[in-house]
Amino acid sequence: MKNSMRESLARLANHLNTGRNPYVVSISLLVVGTALVYLSPRSILAFLVFAGATAMIYFLRMNKTAKLALAVFVAVVLVPILGARNIFYLEVIFQIAVFAALSLGLNIVVGFSGILNLGYVAFYAAGAYLWGFFGSQQAFLLHEIPGTAPLDTPFLLAPEWFYVFVLLGIIVAAFVGLLLGLPVLRVRGDYLAIVTLGFGEVVRQLVNNLDKPLNLTNGPQGITPIQKPTLPQGVVDAFNAVVGPLVGNRVTPSQFYNIVFYFIALIVVLAAIVVTHRLDDSKIGRAWTAIREDELAATAMGIPANKLKLAAFAVGASFAGGMGVIFAASRTFVSPDSFNFMQSIGVLTMVILGGIGSIPGVIIGAAVVIILNLQVLQSFSLYLTQLRQSDAVIPILNFAWKDLSTQLDPAKYQRLLFGLILVLMMIYRPAGLIPASRRIRELKGTPDASVSDGETNGDANGDAPEEADDDR
Amino acid sequence: MRIAQLPVSVREIVKPIGRMVVFVVGAGAVFSAFMVLLALVFKGSAADRLLLESMDVGILPYTVSILPQVLIDGVTLGFVYAAIALGYTMVYGVLEFINFAHSEIFAIGAFAGVEFLLFMERLGILAGAGPLFAYMLLMMAVLAGMMASGATAVIVERTAYRPLRGAPRIVPLISAIGVSFVLQDLIRLVESLTSGQFHRIFPTFGNFDDRVSLFAFEMKMGTVYVDIQVKSIVVIVAAVLMLAGLNYIVNATRVGKAIRAVAQDRSSASLMGVYVNGIISFTFLLGGALGGAAGVLYALKFTRIDPFIGFFPGMKAFTAAVLGGIGNLTGALLGGIVLGMLESFAGAYLTTFTMGAMGAEYKDIIAFAILILILIFRPSGLLGEQVSQKA
Amino acid sequence: MGKRLCSVILATAMLAFAVSATGAQAKVIKIATQSPLSGGMSAVGTDIKNGAQLAIEQLSGSLTKLGFKIELAPFDDQGNPDTGVANAKNIVADPAVLVIVGHYNSGVQIPASEEYHSAGLANVSPANTNPKVTERNYLEISRICGRDDVQGAVGAQFAMSMGMKSAYIIHDKTAYGQGIAEYFKRESEKLGIKVRGFAGTEEKANFDSILTPILASRPDVIYFGGMYDQAAVLFKQARQKGYKGMFLSDDGFDSSDATKIGGKVLLDGKGTYYSTVSGPASAYPGTAKFIADFKARFGSEPQPFAAQAYDSTALALLAIEAAAKSSGGAAPTRAAIAKAVRAITDYKGITGTISFNSKGDLLKAKYFIIQVTSADPLQWSNNKIAQTLEIEPPK
Repeated sequence: MKNSMRESLARLANHLNTGRNPYVVSISLLVVGTALVYLSPRSILAFLVFAGATAMIYFLRMNKTAKLALAVFVAVVLVPILGARNIFYLEVIFQIAVFAALSLGLNIVVGFSGILNLGYVAFYAAGAYLWGFFGSQQAFLLHEIPGTAPLDTPFLLAPEWFYVFVLLGIIVAAFVGLLLGLPVLRVRGDYLAIVTLGFGEVVRQLVNNLDKPLNLTNGPQGITPIQKPTLPQGVVDAFNAVVGPLVGNRVTPSQFYNIVFYFIALIVVLAAIVVTHRLDDSKIGRAWTAIREDELAATAMGIPANKLKLAAFAVGASFAGGMGVIFAASRTFVSPDSFNFMQSIGVLTMVILGGIGSIPGVIIGAAVVIILNLQVLQSFSLYLTQLRQSDAVIPILNFAWKDLSTQLDPAKYQRLLFGLILVLMMIYRPAGLIPASRRIRELKGTPDASVSDGETNGDANGDAPEEADDDR
Repeated sequence: MRIAQLPVSVREIVKPIGRMVVFVVGAGAVFSAFMVLLALVFKGSAADRLLLESMDVGILPYTVSILPQVLIDGVTLGFVYAAIALGYTMVYGVLEFINFAHSEIFAIGAFAGVEFLLFMERLGILAGAGPLFAYMLLMMAVLAGMMASGATAVIVERTAYRPLRGAPRIVPLISAIGVSFVLQDLIRLVESLTSGQFHRIFPTFGNFDDRVSLFAFEMKMGTVYVDIQVKSIVVIVAAVLMLAGLNYIVNATRVGKAIRAVAQDRSSASLMGVYVNGIISFTFLLGGALGGAAGVLYALKFTRIDPFIGFFPGMKAFTAAVLGGIGNLTGALLGGIVLGMLESFAGAYLTTFTMGAMGAEYKDIIAFAILILILIFRPSGLLGEQVSQKA
Repeated sequence: MGKRLCSVILATAMLAFAVSATGAQAKVIKIATQSPLSGGMSAVGTDIKNGAQLAIEQLSGSLTKLGFKIELAPFDDQGNPDTGVANAKNIVADPAVLVIVGHYNSGVQIPASEEYHSAGLANVSPANTNPKVTERNYLEISRICGRDDVQGAVGAQFAMSMGMKSAYIIHDKTAYGQGIAEYFKRESEKLGIKVRGFAGTEEKANFDSILTPILASRPDVIYFGGMYDQAAVLFKQARQKGYKGMFLSDDGFDSSDATKIGGKVLLDGKGTYYSTVSGPASAYPGTAKFIADFKARFGSEPQPFAAQAYDSTALALLAIEAAAKSSGGAAPTRAAIAKAVRAITDYKGITGTISFNSKGDLLKAKYFIIQVTSADPLQWSNNKIAQTLEIEPPK
């Protein structure tokens, strides 16, 4: 019974995915999603439909140009317009972009070269505090006591330096990555994971403590305000003139910043995707894979394992550094609270969920985790709060919502969620939701099998060489 | 050698206790000497003058006067770390796997013990407990902690680690991180559902809060009293007993022999008739129980526990295990004591010597920095020979 | 391919159906709250929300008559600035939200209020004592509690009046605790109290290594800037190590859990005191009814700042009403409300008479020094008021 239903569904899906049908499906879904978000800009469900429709572009069998055109249309036209109607969506998408870049960076370290980095957020912090220091008044407050400094100090640099610092953030984080990578030369796998964890914690605590003797980071108070790049004159007016009627209300400059940062983050993510993709298919990428599968054999084949591992650290870190700068500017605020161990684990969860080593996988992973975190869990908790205020009763159990403990609010169980994702994925689907294509090619020999699932369980990391290690 | 003539069973009890004494005295002497030397170097410096001005005491007498207290605190903390570190090192010795969730297993032990005592308090038993009965209650709490933690460790191994045995190393490690997070929130869920709060306070009973005066000496700034809390003594004695007991089990019993066999070569051990899965479970049980006992002792010493309490002691204990040479039981002990002392010294003296520029807030940074440096320059640890070598 | 695709399509279709099922809502005005509803500070945070809810239920009658429906939109900032800012964007994006009452942690309020400021949304803060909250001179941001720079100084003056000659200052390395500790230090030095040490710690349980230098320096008073869950543990361990002097803390100490943790030791030696901007119920004339109502509605005694949240929400309702009347019954704009909040003078709230200065501080705020007098957590609200002061904010 169940099977026949499954089969017919599969047949339906297959039908929808052949010939001209995927175009119809994709466009109609997008239209529905856009209409829903446009009409009820505060409904999470509408947003999920839109997000789902966008993701479908990737999965459906269409030719590349069409996919690209649709994606560009969504990114450049639909998102800004819909976002201007509810900037919270831009915030969600911005965070997805930020964490997608972080996941891509971590993916290079964990997925390509097989080193578990548990302190990844340190690089993010490096970028954020870089602009946090130079893009604020902090340089003039070195001898002030945090929290009591005067507010009318001038800024060190003009806000336009922001763009330079995005690049600088990339470079500085890469350097920090090299620094952290040094233990790689001496330490193996799981040890290294703990070293990186310690490193991440050291960076957070340093940032928290470096308010004396010289007040570099303003300690627990965090640095604020941090400058945003100034908007060229007339951009907002132009935007309002062109799409104002569609948006329905005039966009203020502060709202427009959300659109600006969305585009900046989008550009960095695209760059990260391109870099990752090129690396994956390059000599370096193959060498990383070789190291991941069997370092000894790789070294014997003449691959400079240490250098390449360091390179993985540096490249991975650089993405986070660039995003750190953008994050600091968009928030106009950095504080040590944003760079704790939970964040590192969050990024790791995104990578694991999406698929280690898989570029589309980690992006989807980032999107799923962020949407869960920012929207689904929160709104579910709010919904429970409303129920609790009402006199409603759970029907069968005859249990009043009022008596439901606030301790059960789903928003509180982020850790549980991350933990469960990690454990369950490792046991049942170590290759992730969207396994990396190379791993499947390796196993099946045909590129077409790339998205069929189920059978790929447990294969992901190529057990064979490691098993030998175990019995050594 | 007289000790060599003793029967194995006695030797394996005497030897570790002797080692502990040596480690404590040795580490204490080294740290104290270093501190006094440093104080001599700093004599007449700006730090010295500042101290004279604010407290009317020079840096040398100041250093000496708080030294005994710092040593006592360091030893106590060191034994707590050592007890946790043993859990990491046991599992690593057998499976070459870092049980990341051990810090939460430690926390579960602490909660089980404290909940048991709180239950006794509600029954009204705690308030009127005489001294002897108080110790019995504490022992029962420790046992409760050991049982809860041991059971959790075994269940975790069975569900989250065993299916991944044979997978690349990174896979069970990620799973272990996941388990650690799941356990944190589960503890919080259970604890907050029962009372709305997720932290617990170790109830006051018995004479654990009393202080035993050790000695006093005269200094210019006044009489310095050195004393030790009863609960610190309890923690040290309990940890010593546990460490000696563990050493005995591993080195002088049949099951210990099996553990060592599995650690050396799993497949050969299996061929020799050792039930490998059972032995691995037993290892987790042992390590978990030790962690649980350490948790209760931690709660006794520091009063307040919450579900996230395991993270830092866990990391520190791991550092201690690595510092001593992971997989090496004696090493874990030495690492724990050294780290405990280091933390205690850093916390107490850093502020004075840096004139307030750095303070106790750097003690975690120092611990982690040591971990990183050790792994870079001597990955085998103080007592280990090679990373790949097992206990 | 097929299986995944069909599941995605199914899911999307279901969602689309669900969306279409949620119909449009009636014309409403929302008052949002942001406070930590989860995590360690959730007890206080939840009651901030409950205080606001009670005010809406009791006081929105006149607005209902004008044809508006007032709703509460509670948000959980988790005491975390990232969550707070993300929520803030969500809040300002909802045109129905006209006032935000909130934040418990200044470290969250400061970045989040940048969003309110740029959206022109009025924010009445019941509990944020950091000077920076109002020092930025934002028209939208007002608070009905005191300030840390005053509170820290009040603490130091109190220590002085009790004959304390030396102090050791500890803080919890949060924006709040560190800030107030700095002000305590500054005032102490000015008054001639010797500051024997100043240190921050994130430690929550093991204060051994911090206590050794403290005890060696024998201060008359140990000041803790931060929250009760650390302070009480620190105080307890200090007493157990033989410290006989006085403990002094700040309004973060104001929780009955402090005695649950510290117990009898808080009463030993020279006792335990804390400064606060939110006095116990007995300090306010109008609170008896509030407490009774609160208990009837939510089943428990209000935590600190619940009354302030009630007053903040009452102010918000007044401002909305004033703005609605001047706009002739149409839905008022955010800008008009922000102005209306500041225009309120001599509002007789349950926590005192409220008028704002040009920065958004109270013209005169109340500060209390309270002595812990019982080891029983249930007696917390009967702690003795050692001092009550009314002080103008610094210029």
